Amino acid sequence: MKYLDEYRDGEVAKKLVNELHRIQTRPWVIMEVCGGQTHSIVKHGIDHLLPQGVELVHGPGCPVCVTPLDMIDKAHAIAKTPDVTFCSFGDMLRVPGSDGDLFTIKSQGHDVRVVYSPLDCLKIARSNPDKRVVFFAIGFETTAPANGMLVWQARQSGIKNVSVLVSHVLVPPALETILQSPENRVQGFLGPGHVCAVMGYSDYEPISAKYKVPIVISGFEPIDILQGTLMTIRQLETGRAEVENQYSRALDRTGNLAAQKLVLNVFEIGDRNWRGVGTIPNSGYRLRSEFAEYDAEKLFDVQRIDTREPSICISGEILRGIKKPHDCPAFGTSCDPQHPLGATMVSAEGACAAYYVYGRHLKQDADGTMVSISSQGAA
Amino acid sequence: MCLAIPGKVLSDYDQGGMRMAKVQFGGVVREACLEYVPEAQLGDYVLVHVGFAISRVDEEEAQRTYQLLQEMDQLTELEVPVDQEVNSRKKGEVS
Repeated sequence: MKYLDEYRDGEVAKKLVNELHRIQTRPWVIMEVCGGQTHSIVKHGIDHLLPQGVELVHGPGCPVCVTPLDMIDKAHAIAKTPDVTFCSFGDMLRVPGSDGDLFTIKSQGHDVRVVYSPLDCLKIARSNPDKRVVFFAIGFETTAPANGMLVWQARQSGIKNVSVLVSHVLVPPALETILQSPENRVQGFLGPGHVCAVMGYSDYEPISAKYKVPIVISGFEPIDILQGTLMTIRQLETGRAEVENQYSRALDRTGNLAAQKLVLNVFEIGDRNWRGVGTIPNSGYRLRSEFAEYDAEKLFDVQRIDTREPSICISGEILRGIKKPHDCPAFGTSCDPQHPLGATMVSAEGACAAYYVYGRHLKQDADGTMVSISSQGAA
Repeated sequence: MCLAIPGKVLSDYDQGGMRMAKVQFGGVVREACLEYVPEAQLGDYVLVHVGFAISRVDEEEAQRTYQLLQEMDQLTELEVPVDQEVNSRKKGEVS
């Protein structure tokens, strides 16, 4: 496919890797922000191609991972309401709350549906006027224009039986939280390409300047990630700290103004709780008060349940780049994608799930048997 | 989750006041909303995320940057002085 195949070209990758080896003189820790980038890195083994000393750590940019447990419990309570058709992106169906997941709720006879686009909810609402259609509106800035358009169109078309359960998060405040931590190891970022396709990258310039870190907005294919890493290392090796755009075929500094306009008409910025990280001030979107009639949290009597992560789970430290999946004693043993204990294992884009899916939880024993790395206590 | 795939705009039409399109991804054709990329024309490639085109792929920019990647070997030879100090230091260490 055009714009995909050429960015998986092994010959170009080889040139980029050679150049990385040529210019790197010191160890560097770089965080890729997006779960999609993490997935691509582990899938293609990009981290194994890098010079020794260049470490990629995995960031918080997986919206399914960071959706807090209390919000998932609210979703489940709404989905179990008799006259509700609960709609969600497919990624959210396997995420366990305090009591099962959306698949379990569907199997109990409740009306839970996977949608391709938020706009599908309008069609469902029109064809089922006796049902209350609720959409689980999660995501980063990339998804906000789509989720916002659902609310906007519902009002424009006078559709009353649709609402949204909003759990939207924003990237720049999360980067600041990582950089402000005394435990921070991150020296440069591969920035979030598709978030910036919507928002542009001017918001990252003050962060780069304040914390003196290079931020290279990068795409998701192997060549994009290798080139983004090369651009970041070039900055680090020469003492620069700027925002650069590797993904220039898809975005510019200003981003998508039409999308930004609609998002700001529908949403306003507020505090958000991130699973595994905690509450970050001004790190998410909530519906503006003029759209309160579409706010599922207000329409449904969802009790706030005090849910806690299992204490063994280190996903918070993984999401901030302090630890890797292998550092967790539960990784690949008591925690796997079928029975996730925490944020980074619940979605395919989470670092733990990516490591697990691509066999990073196993190593060959002396007698050739594949054994779990975690069970041997290795870091 | 923030996955966005480049696809080719095959046709466009109005649906409830919104500009929609049939967009081709390899052998698959899906519907996408073009409201956020009013500049997109038939034949253009757009990045589609959850049924919405969020950006038009800039073909000239893609060709320009890809050309640079392919020519990287030659570029290394012409490298600007920024890297010279690093290179000579590295070579010095090796020898």
